[in-house]
Amino acid sequence: MAETLLEIRNLHKSFEGVSVLKDVSLSIAQGEVVVIIGPSGCGKSTLLRCINGLEAVDSGEILLRGERISGQKKALHLVRQRIGMVFQSYDLFPHMDVMANLLLGPIKALGKSRREVAEEAERFLVRVGLQDKAHAMPGQLSGGQKQRVALVRAMLMHPEMLLLDEITAALDPEMVREVLNVVLDLARDGVTMAIVTHEMRFAEAVADRVVFLEGGDIVEQAPPEKFFHQPETERAQQFLDTFDYKKS
Amino acid sequence: MDWDFIHRFTPMYVEAAGLTLSIGLMGIGLSLLVGFGCCMARYFRVPVLRQIAKAYIELARNTPLLVQLFFLYFGLPKVGIRLSAEACAITGLTFLGGAYMAEAMRSGIEAVEKSQHESGACLGLTRWQVLQYIVFPQAFATAVPAICANVIFLIKETSVFSAVALADLMYVAKDLIGMYYKTDEALLMLVAAYLVILLPVSLLFTLLERRMHHAGSGSVRPAEGT
Amino acid sequence: MPDQALSVLLKGRNLERLLGGLGVTLELSAMSIVLSVLLGLVLGLIMTLRSSIIRAICRLWLETIRIVPQLVLLFLVYFGMAKTFDIQMSAETAAVIVFTFWGTGEMGDLVRGALTSIPRHQRESAAALGLTKVQSFRYVLLPQTLRRLIPQSINLATRMIKTTSLVMLIGVVEVLKVTQQIIDANRYDAPQAAVWLYAVVFFLYFIVCWPISLLAGWLEKKWS
Repeated sequence: MAETLLEIRNLHKSFEGVSVLKDVSLSIAQGEVVVIIGPSGCGKSTLLRCINGLEAVDSGEILLRGERISGQKKALHLVRQRIGMVFQSYDLFPHMDVMANLLLGPIKALGKSRREVAEEAERFLVRVGLQDKAHAMPGQLSGGQKQRVALVRAMLMHPEMLLLDEITAALDPEMVREVLNVVLDLARDGVTMAIVTHEMRFAEAVADRVVFLEGGDIVEQAPPEKFFHQPETERAQQFLDTFDYKKS
Repeated sequence: MDWDFIHRFTPMYVEAAGLTLSIGLMGIGLSLLVGFGCCMARYFRVPVLRQIAKAYIELARNTPLLVQLFFLYFGLPKVGIRLSAEACAITGLTFLGGAYMAEAMRSGIEAVEKSQHESGACLGLTRWQVLQYIVFPQAFATAVPAICANVIFLIKETSVFSAVALADLMYVAKDLIGMYYKTDEALLMLVAAYLVILLPVSLLFTLLERRMHHAGSGSVRPAEGT
Repeated sequence: MPDQALSVLLKGRNLERLLGGLGVTLELSAMSIVLSVLLGLVLGLIMTLRSSIIRAICRLWLETIRIVPQLVLLFLVYFGMAKTFDIQMSAETAAVIVFTFWGTGEMGDLVRGALTSIPRHQRESAAALGLTKVQSFRYVLLPQTLRRLIPQSINLATRMIKTTSLVMLIGVVEVLKVTQQIIDANRYDAPQAAVWLYAVVFFLYFIVCWPISLLAGWLEKKWS
């Protein structure tokens, strides 16, 4: 068994009195891809946001390689240098071209030299098929292209793990695949990831383990082949059924 | 119209315009600094400072410059604090302008989406780096029309300095009317002086805003204090 | 020191005079605001017309009021008009004329802005629902226009109230002038009262304008 990279212990989080996460415990091993699924409002995005400190936790703790990263404020930026995150809304910086978007973090946060990162950035752009877009502005890119740039931007920080929060939810259907292919590619490379998604086929293909979250609780977790075909709980079965269309 | 008179007194207007402009520019420069300070105190939620900033902004925005000036120039000396007319003018203009600039900058920063802050933070940048590289450049584009409007507003407001015996444009015009009863000429030169100062500024700002895609739909420019 | 100011304030009819001065300020403001709003609504509608001549005139109007300081406008009307056209008017009349000229322009621009800001698809979806033109104006466009317009015009009102302080410089006896007179009358007995009395005027303006600003801010937030 590989080393545990991230460990979440008894996490609680509520917003204005409403509990969003109730006693969630989860650990993710080095190189593992965990896909978190569940109905909207079940707390999956909040879980990701708690991991890199975008939301403060109410109680419980989060450990990265055994080191406590929750419940502190001062060195949050240092934690975030180790955990990359990509959002549904891409959030490229609109006033910078693609290359500047990619270089900002490595140069300013990590203090690397422009030359060493620029070369790597170009290799990454080739890998995701955007070699000719290095000097395009975000406004000139399609949604799928923007999201691929956002993935590269996160990867150039060489994070120890990557959090992907519904990264295809805002995309036109024909662009979903080009983005998910990049994620599959990263998974093959052994990048540790926690992924929140509504794409069940993709979840099945990419996941080492599926975590089903409902009402702020982990209801079931299992390898994808088991979860998608013989879920143990009634609730997971009901959730999976909502993705089927039958003319009755 | 007495053109000789106009010719004779033009140098006086030029000199007064110089005074109006130099005090106006100094006040505007300081306003930008004060405004930025207040804006940051509120953004970083600095305890005490941010409450002071908020109270100051409300006070300055809801009182007229003329009353502020009277307090500074006629009131304070009576309790032993004596400021020159110039110092009063600059202090008053900064007191007023700082509040307007703070609000203009705040609205600029608030217009930048929260997710931009977050994705900057997710790259491991510090809060200040996020502001510097991601928020400010975007906030600037939105804040520029309001800041420009405030600049023009503040230059216009300098016209009340004559009330505290500062020899600005207004003062010279009043003087000439009083001494020579050349009302038409004095007023014509007064309007001309303000046009010469403000028309280029106004046109320049309109061009600037166009370039920054904030021309607005046919509006000349936003009014101050918005 | 505050005692000195307080005794001056309470002496004779001083307080009454001061509040009377505030009354003059508010009366001038109220008249100018009401006239500006009414005329501004009309001007705003005219500004949305597609005639280039009308546009040019409106633009000239707006540029004038936004470039020429209000105090200069007051001088132009009060002293300039009197001399050039031999029209004798009171300083109060001059003030109302100037503030209305200024306020109407600003209000017109706000009305125009609010009217043209309604996205086209709002009009289209109203039409798609089968509403007539009048109905879609009444139920869809007008409420949205007002929601934008009302907070902005309230802000304009506070700006007009603040600007009325200028009229003392053409001789209207309003709150600031009354204060100056009171201070002058007591300059030997209570020299230090000046700073406090000016502070009183400062807070009088604040007490009048602040609630109005808060209301505008509150409405803006509620309706946005």
